Amino acid sequence: MTQPGFGPDLAEVFGPAHEATSDSAGLSLVQLLTPEGERVEHPDFSFGDDLSDAELAETVRGFFRDMTLTRRIDVEATALQRHGELGIWAQLLGQEAAQVGAGRALKPQDYVFPTYREHGVAWCKGVDPLKLLGLFRGVDQGGWDPRENNFGLYTIVIGAQTLHATGYAMGMQRDGVVGTGDPDRDAAVIAHFGDGASSQGDVNESFIFAASYNAPVVFFCQNNQWAISEPIERQSRIPLYQRALGFGFPGVRVDGNDVLASYAVTKAALQRAREGQGPTLVEAYTYRMGAHTTTDDPTRYRLSDDVERWKLKDPIARVEAYLKRNGMADQEFFDAVSAEAEDLGHHLREGCKALPDPQPLSVFDHVYAEMTDELVTQRDGFAAYLESFEGAH
Amino acid sequence: MSEKTTQKVTLAKALNMGLRKAMEDDAKVLLMGEDVGKLGGVFRITDGLQKDFGEDRVIDSPLAESGIVGTAVGMALRGYKPVVEIQFDGFVYPAYDQIVCQVAKMCFRSQGKTPLPIVIRIPFGGGIGAVEHHSESPEAQFAHTPGLKVVACSNPIDGYWMIQQAIAAPDPVVFLEPKRQYHADKAELDDTATPAPLFTSRVVKQGTDVTVLAYGPTVKTALKAAEAAGNEGRSLEVIDLRTLSPLDMGPVLESVRKTGRVVVSHEAHVNLGMGAELAARITEECFYSLEAPVLRVGGFDTPYPPARIEEEWLPDLDRVLDAVDRTLDF
Repeated sequence: MTQPGFGPDLAEVFGPAHEATSDSAGLSLVQLLTPEGERVEHPDFSFGDDLSDAELAETVRGFFRDMTLTRRIDVEATALQRHGELGIWAQLLGQEAAQVGAGRALKPQDYVFPTYREHGVAWCKGVDPLKLLGLFRGVDQGGWDPRENNFGLYTIVIGAQTLHATGYAMGMQRDGVVGTGDPDRDAAVIAHFGDGASSQGDVNESFIFAASYNAPVVFFCQNNQWAISEPIERQSRIPLYQRALGFGFPGVRVDGNDVLASYAVTKAALQRAREGQGPTLVEAYTYRMGAHTTTDDPTRYRLSDDVERWKLKDPIARVEAYLKRNGMADQEFFDAVSAEAEDLGHHLREGCKALPDPQPLSVFDHVYAEMTDELVTQRDGFAAYLESFEGAH
Repeated sequence: MSEKTTQKVTLAKALNMGLRKAMEDDAKVLLMGEDVGKLGGVFRITDGLQKDFGEDRVIDSPLAESGIVGTAVGMALRGYKPVVEIQFDGFVYPAYDQIVCQVAKMCFRSQGKTPLPIVIRIPFGGGIGAVEHHSESPEAQFAHTPGLKVVACSNPIDGYWMIQQAIAAPDPVVFLEPKRQYHADKAELDDTATPAPLFTSRVVKQGTDVTVLAYGPTVKTALKAAEAAGNEGRSLEVIDLRTLSPLDMGPVLESVRKTGRVVVSHEAHVNLGMGAELAARITEECFYSLEAPVLRVGGFDTPYPPARIEEEWLPDLDRVLDAVDRTLDF
């Protein structure tokens, strides 16, 4: 079965004019929930058709909770950086819908290769957000076990993980977990990256490898309009999703601030991959409301007007409006989520400060699976040197 | 236990046999690279393997080295043991970021949870009359990188065993093959023998006057030099280092304590090359045993030259003997 909406449409690429890559998203943007919180239909993608009213309400409430808690993780970590508890933090403010939509579309057997900003996807995959902080505090370089949640370690070199994702998907093909027709067995990989990474050789090579081997991987690009200070126009002269066609697989642009659409599109793309129909590029069109990281100063390169306009498209506010307008959640629900966010904040604040510094000698551990005699010698020498200060003042 | 069979094989054939054995022993071993399938690789090292193991296990890749190594990382994370072929030494650099930033660091980053058992095979060294980028010796760049292990085979017997040991190792191994030797000499291979551990050096010729350290293509040069020196009454001890990271200094230091004089020979540029590290370690460990400074004979600090002058540029028998003379005259 071919999922509608992914078929290459030459008219989109060679049409009368390139659509603007700035604020106006164009007709091809998949949207199922407007910024005002109103449901809209899309010819190719839908949300909730297979759910009862109660199930639909429960699912949307779940998205609201996920996004609210994800934002709390981000706000709390940003504050922790300001208090000197983290060295740096990569904010996701504004990208909650793209990440939660993509994260909730995953099945347990699917595998995620994140950048360093996928805190919302980590949340959906069940990674304790406290473990995300270790990297940014400087106590480790990735404190969770990728095998436990099928959630890879954060990758800081831009785009490098898209090749890992493709190779992992090639491994799935060899394991016979693609296209078997068994929904509990068939699996796929999702590779996260951003608009800046789309310029990297590794991302383009991963497209080529994935296409060549028809690998079950979804390339999920959060186009948040900014690569630190460089606007999307510096990376691409055509909408990013249209690049997929040149590599021989479909691409689709989704409203990245619409969790329903992000979920629906990613779910369909993952299903395509699991069925053995190969890769898809999903461009989640969104906006980085915060700075690139806490070391960045966006006022030097972008207008506050833009930020203000994107505030009107807030991913959480529109879901809240939708839930309230349709009586899908009562005040008790919103209060409970607020309380949960408070607890999560407390967990992160107290947990972060309690994260132990690594022991200096631990740097020698795990350089190799089998430590070399050379490192044993260096470690022992360093240990003796450190011991020589014991008792000294 | 299998019956003892010996046959005379080239390095190319021995590597081919070693890869085949590793694939038979472990279904998780995959080969990937440019032209490794139907063609059997440009040097025919993977000859016939795709036919016997199928396209899923011997994978012709798109022409993108970073893609080859980067996807190998993903396959290793999925539980496979990828053996990738970089077609020529000078083509490894597009994959340098993946090797240095990802392959080398994944075990450390994950605190040992996701080690990467990847072998990166690189035909290295010159002497084949090739065009630019086909004759280089990048070993020091990888030996300088924590998280990688780097070995170089010099002969068919080692080729057969070392490639299997590298594949079985839990850590990433950069596996250097002296391409000039691929089809040069044959050796009697006994596949029931017990090989030396992978990360060990070996004295390949005993001697008393000067220690010559070599690896890969220069082992043969050093052995020829030892023979020539022997005719003049000078006794050279030749050590095939085999492992460049980690270095196995035991046999080296033992030899230097005996001879007091060392010549290191490699094709790579001498500046910050393996010879520099060896000289430093020998000086630290054997200072009072040394009768002369450690001398290095290698490629000059120039780009690899046009093929018509490569034989002059490469450290040949005469330049090794010249260094032997200088260390004895010191």
